[in-house]
Amino acid sequence: MAKGDLETVGADAPAGGYVQLLTPDGDRVERVTGPDGTEYSVDFTDAEYRTLYRDLVTVRRLDAEATALQRQGELGIWASLLGQEAAQVGAGRAMRPQDMAFPTYREHGVLYTRGIDPIMPFGLFRGVNQGGWDPQEYKFNQYTIVIGAQTLHATGYAMGITMDGKTGSADGEAVIAFFGDGATSQGDVNEAFVWSGVYHAPIVFFCQNNQYAISEPLERQTRIPLYRRSSGFGFPGVRVDGNDVLATFAVTRAALDNARQGQGPTLIEAYTYRMGAHTSSDDPTRYRIASEVESWKVKDPISRLKAFLEKQQVGDAAFFAEVDEQAKAEAIALRERVLELQDPDPVTMFDHVYPHGSPEVDAQREAFQRYQATFEGSAH
Amino acid sequence: MTTMTYREAMREAIRQAMRADDRVFLMGEDVGRYGGCFGVSLGLLEEFGPDRIRDTPLSESAFVGAGIGAALGGLRPIVEIMTVNFSLLALDQILNNAATLRHMSGGQFGVPLVIRMTTGGGRQLAAQHSHSLEVWYAHIPGLRVVAPATVADARGMLATALADPDPVIVFEHGGLYNVSGEVPDPSPADLDRAAVRRPGRDVTLIGYGGTVPTALAAADLLAADGVDAEVIDLRTLRPLDDATLVASVSRTHHAVVVDEGWRTGSLAGEISARITEQAFYELDAPVGRVCSAEVPMPYAAQLEQAALPQPAAVRAAARQLVGVDG
Repeated sequence: MAKGDLETVGADAPAGGYVQLLTPDGDRVERVTGPDGTEYSVDFTDAEYRTLYRDLVTVRRLDAEATALQRQGELGIWASLLGQEAAQVGAGRAMRPQDMAFPTYREHGVLYTRGIDPIMPFGLFRGVNQGGWDPQEYKFNQYTIVIGAQTLHATGYAMGITMDGKTGSADGEAVIAFFGDGATSQGDVNEAFVWSGVYHAPIVFFCQNNQYAISEPLERQTRIPLYRRSSGFGFPGVRVDGNDVLATFAVTRAALDNARQGQGPTLIEAYTYRMGAHTSSDDPTRYRIASEVESWKVKDPISRLKAFLEKQQVGDAAFFAEVDEQAKAEAIALRERVLELQDPDPVTMFDHVYPHGSPEVDAQREAFQRYQATFEGSAH
Repeated sequence: MTTMTYREAMREAIRQAMRADDRVFLMGEDVGRYGGCFGVSLGLLEEFGPDRIRDTPLSESAFVGAGIGAALGGLRPIVEIMTVNFSLLALDQILNNAATLRHMSGGQFGVPLVIRMTTGGGRQLAAQHSHSLEVWYAHIPGLRVVAPATVADARGMLATALADPDPVIVFEHGGLYNVSGEVPDPSPADLDRAAVRRPGRDVTLIGYGGTVPTALAAADLLAADGVDAEVIDLRTLRPLDDATLVASVSRTHHAVVVDEGWRTGSLAGEISARITEQAFYELDAPVGRVCSAEVPMPYAAQLEQAALPQPAAVRAAARQLVGVDG
């Protein structure tokens, strides 16, 4: 057993274990002691359990709608979160209102928990706008496409809130940076670890290890479990069962609370699986075998919470049916709104190069408008 | 004479190079099991195994830097970078290391490294995957920069690049991979000369990589207008073949450069300057430039098409120069 491993490893855990509070069969583990002695548990009311279930079902249903819309040519591309619902909802619900998130392009579940209108990522991927939520209002930065770049932005933001005196108390602020297993090989992410470590920044590095960077399996990024990387940078790391929404909530909440109180960064490795493609542009059957995908289906994040709710008599058939119906209705309403989103006028490409225009861009805009006018009345 | 796609031609070139020389290997993201994000290396892992078709950790700086080290040690690495935008993470290795080591070592050693990367827009990959930054590399002494525009050049340029004692950057325009064409002769391509892809008398259209098909399509449109356009494919972006450009302009007396890069500080600007310096008195009109709009590349399909150089815009520029429009 290596330093940092958990004595209680969790059902189906990889070597070294992970924090798990809900087994794949829906059995509750009362509490788990982390490698540094932290006690992880949750104390939800029945209504809160039901809300978590509703979150998971809804974000999956909306994601399925996006995948369908992409296949029908209504979205240019889509990065599905299928399989990662618990990691995202657990982390998102663990954030307090004042906490700031720096997401990748796959964090639709976290976005949902921040109360952002779910049409916004659809508008982004449809190409009619750039998403459009206000990062300050929702404390959820824009999606970052460049792999790992946002970890440095999050580090700088975290250093900033410390300079502003907003950390060091129970109601302080904290930052959470989302990234994947592939990003851990990028220089940016390692530099973010160095900086956050030496400046003791109030940040949680939340790595969703979904086992693949497009086609490349985890073994191409690391020889040791990712959560152990943090020790070399001087802050704690913990691995959590990313398909367990309760454990993900507990671990993230504890790490964020540590950060806001001035105890520095934590690396969380949420161990999960990308059930679909990297994006709608690739075909995962080219690089992984069906039996591996099947082995993760039994660890599904939604079915285990559903089993738990049934066993605890917190949810009955009528409740589950009502959640499904509501999610479906939300998805259909969203689809209708998406189809009504109008294509932008091509001249809008000049709008956001500089805030107040520039001679070069303004001249091009005018030339483009004259050129566009030559097509008026033609079929083109 | 064999007909194949641009993608197959690149793959065939890699395959032949690897069969011919044990020192050659390929590395980059997703090049192995997945066969490359644009499908160029499909099937090569099966033939050559994981030591010579290497999936790398996600770190552009690392796999370019490691390529430099391997080249210094006597190997002949081919490094694939998914897009030119991603190559910026490796810019220090390319500029400050690969391109300068011959100089910094007093000529003791060079870096025989080939870096392939996809460039260009038109595929809805947005402002962080779609730019044409060829000129950034064409700016750097110590590099050779090539941009195969035809299937034959896709097949023939790699062997020449691998034989070069210095680093060579190969730009593959993403819009070309599915283009089919003939490979008359699979022997190594001469990289020193630009090529006249279509002879003409009235105006010279100059392109490279993805803008060669654009220029050819514009030439077809111009033919219908009664304007006979010559189309030149630069092929090599550093060093530029001034002689071919000057000879053509001396015949046609008009030139339009078609460049998917942004106009300010572009290759089109450099070419225009060279023509002006060397053939000013042959020109009947200023050199025209049709470039991408100077905006981050839009993701929306219709905005992206509006931002890119299109045949209709090249036609309009050429018509204006030769005076068809008065």
